[in-house]
Amino acid sequence: MRLAASDLACVRGGRRVFRNLSFALGAGTALAVIGPNGAGKSSLLRLVAGLLRPAEGRLTLEGGDPELTIGEQAHYLGHQDALKPSLSVQENLAFWLDFLGAAETKVDAALAAVGLDGLAGLPALYLSAGQRRRLSLARLVAVERPMWLLDEPTSALDAAAQGVLADLMRAHRAGGGLILAATHGPLGLEGAEELRLGSGQ
Amino acid sequence: MALIDLANPSRFLALADRVLPWLAAATLFAFALGLGQAYVAPDDYQQGATVKIMFIHVPSAWLGMFAWGIMSLAAVGTLVWRHPLADVAAKAAAPVGAAFTLMCLVTGSLWGRPMWGTYWVWDARLTSVLVLFLMYLGVIALWRTIDDPARAARVVAVLTLVGAINVPIIKFSVEWWNTLHQSASVLRLDGSTIHPAILGPLVVMIVAFTLLFLSLHLAAMRNEITRRRLRTMLMMRADAAAGH
Amino acid sequence: MTALAALLMRDLRLAVRVGGGAPIGVLFFLIVVTLVPFAIGPDLNLLARIGPAILWLGALLANLLALDRLIAMDHEDGSLDLILMARAPLELALAAKALAHWLSTGLPLVIATPLLGLLLNLDPTATGAVALTLIAGTPALTFIGLIGAALTTALRRGGLLLAVLVLPLTIPVLIFGVAAANAAIVGPVPFGTPFSILCALTLMSIVVGPFAAAAALRQGLE
Repeated sequence: MRLAASDLACVRGGRRVFRNLSFALGAGTALAVIGPNGAGKSSLLRLVAGLLRPAEGRLTLEGGDPELTIGEQAHYLGHQDALKPSLSVQENLAFWLDFLGAAETKVDAALAAVGLDGLAGLPALYLSAGQRRRLSLARLVAVERPMWLLDEPTSALDAAAQGVLADLMRAHRAGGGLILAATHGPLGLEGAEELRLGSGQ
Repeated sequence: MALIDLANPSRFLALADRVLPWLAAATLFAFALGLGQAYVAPDDYQQGATVKIMFIHVPSAWLGMFAWGIMSLAAVGTLVWRHPLADVAAKAAAPVGAAFTLMCLVTGSLWGRPMWGTYWVWDARLTSVLVLFLMYLGVIALWRTIDDPARAARVVAVLTLVGAINVPIIKFSVEWWNTLHQSASVLRLDGSTIHPAILGPLVVMIVAFTLLFLSLHLAAMRNEITRRRLRTMLMMRADAAAGH
Repeated sequence: MTALAALLMRDLRLAVRVGGGAPIGVLFFLIVVTLVPFAIGPDLNLLARIGPAILWLGALLANLLALDRLIAMDHEDGSLDLILMARAPLELALAAKALAHWLSTGLPLVIATPLLGLLLNLDPTATGAVALTLIAGTPALTFIGLIGAALTTALRRGGLLLAVLVLPLTIPVLIFGVAAANAAIVGPVPFGTPFSILCALTLMSIVVGPFAAAAALRQGLE
């Protein structure tokens, strides 16, 4: 499986955020998108996810399911957590599993993998920012998708949780998955390639 | 950060500059002809000279619908081809269409006054035009609320097409409602059947009004393009200050 | 549970737990109906005559209440992004949300109708007629409102604009809803004519609403 982008250009609010962006991502590899604020890291992720249309260029996922769009084969972890405060931890995760087509039995294992298994019945309202982030990560664990699009995944995570994230990413890559992550600082991804976006684009 | 400019508006502007004087002249000529014919047309035996308000009222109603049709065509252009000129055409048509719709309401109101002593009757045509007017205002409000012009154009396009589907439904519903609540005397604002002597001037006036709409629309498109250029320049100034 | 059933259940659960929802909608309905006699006087005959119209107007306005939260809520916490990316078709997902909205807002209004009919001096036939037309017509109000909610999703104060956009589109539903109710009460038009048109409007809106709303959401993406 391979994600290939050629000559991507992105326009937001009448401004061209980047242009002539090309990269390729193979199975088991990770690409860290680095750049200052406003360089277009989030826009690039949203573009790959299908939440933005490219102004120019092409995106192809070779070796994927030809019936599905790239977004339908990807996980997107944006700045927000997609959690409802009035639902419990368990209910939040179970909903996403049902909605994204995974077996509901995986909820407990996923919660355990991110260290939230003791809090299953707690309303998400009471979680700390780091715990909410980990709950979103549980979604990635429970639902199989080959492609992970992560927008600053380590934000709000403490050192222990960052270790958990690193393990999860390692396991995903080992299984042949692809990771495209936007980040300010180090991700704990060994052997990740870098894609630098700058305001000179 | 580089900036996106409108896709080739200069050619359109050059074309508009050439066409507009001719269009305006044709409009004036058509109005002169139409108003002249209207002046000599016979008075209605029932309503007297006030029936001649029809020469403004009926074309305005037609143009209110026509303008929404133009907006719908432009909406298709925006959604299917994402053509920036389609965006401009749609945005320019809305206020012009709204103005003609308003004129229809006002002339209808003035027409009703000498006949029934009241400035407003809820007859079928006036009521559906009122609803159309409200829909125009909704479209204009939506244009103004979304900041990014390209995104606004796309969202308004969906609303325009939904509105286009609804216009015949609303007309049918209002007609039905009106017959349901019809009082004993038949209060049709058209008066009795349209006399052939009135039909001729009416057609000329409709043509004249259509030419007027096209002239105004073209001029409004020119203004909108200029407005977008201004917006681009303001954004460039902001970027320059930020050191890009 | 299938994807759409999960979405329906989640929205129903949220409607129950989050402040607002059914009780507030019914309360608003009650307050609107209560305001009318203050405005026009307690003449029971008059109230009975215009009762169906008042109930329909109240239902229309109460239905409008929860609409601006329908999609904006998911937009604000990032759920909408995931819904857009999911394999479940967006049109069906929006239809599921609209169904949840109707079940949690529209249906309670219908259930409250008999009580409010009492306040307006409506006899049981009249109340039954109004309730029947509301059951047939409130889904149309929800599915038309869905379009407005999609158009105004990312706007800061979209609530008022949503009402401005949606209300003209609901006029046919209002016309035939009240006409059907009155036809059942006093005639002379047979009940079937306006009622079947009302049902046709509802069926049409159930189809057109999700498609138009999905288009509006996709086009509204930057």
